[in-house]
Amino acid sequence: MSMKISTRQVDGVTILDCSGRITLGEGSIVLRDAIREILSKGNKKILVNLGDVNYIDSSGIGELVSAFTTVKNQGGELKLLNLTKKVHDLLQITKLYTVFDVKDDEAAAVKAFK
Amino acid sequence: MNGQKVSYTMDSTLESVDSAEQAASRIATELGFAEEEIMQISMAVREASVNAVLHGNAYDPGKKVIVEFDHTGGSLIITIKDQGKGLDPAKIPDPLAPENLMNTSGRGIFLIRSFMDDVTILPTANGTEIKLTKHVHGGAAGAKEASQ
Repeated sequence: MSMKISTRQVDGVTILDCSGRITLGEGSIVLRDAIREILSKGNKKILVNLGDVNYIDSSGIGELVSAFTTVKNQGGELKLLNLTKKVHDLLQITKLYTVFDVKDDEAAAVKAFK
Repeated sequence: MNGQKVSYTMDSTLESVDSAEQAASRIATELGFAEEEIMQISMAVREASVNAVLHGNAYDPGKKVIVEFDHTGGSLIITIKDQGKGLDPAKIPDPLAPENLMNTSGRGIFLIRSFMDDVTILPTANGTEIKLTKHVHGGAAGAKEASQ
């Protein structure tokens, strides 16, 4: 299953609902393009909902890191929402879990943006 | 496939990476590995195949990737060979080091080592060979075959 992203706005926060696999190739490119497009519109509060992402490889992890850094460098914030166990475990073993701001509740996550 | 070796010769494409991953998942399932172990094995094979296609063969259509699955002695041994310029394991930076934590690449070998019981990287005269071993834990592997 390839990667799909839909976006919506909630209280000034752009939420990306991701589903499928974030892997080398199409999955990573889809995420990169989505982040780029959001930033180009001036939206800098980004919540990436990974609730329906069932698989992510090292390239996908790298893409999340890249997105986090890109948004931060432009003065924005990127948070992650609803990690599956697989993605949670991957971020734990790569020591990235504490780097990302990870949330479980969408409403609380939206409020957490400055 | 107890005691048998299955070998695939693949083109240096991302489709081959997907095929290798799917073959790993199928074989690990057939051997009765637990769901978590199947994910680990298939992901390790994916990462090793990505290295072979991308970093080893550099998508060169004239170069092949060979993936072998061997189930002997209670272990699944997977060998992935490329025909690239060779990989020096000593030069792979530690992705957990603070200075590397925010790198956008360089986690593949680390994940492979995290998921498999034994990993050997052998630079050869005409490429790199990586051998991944997953031992049977709790007598699960082979149970399906034994029951048939």
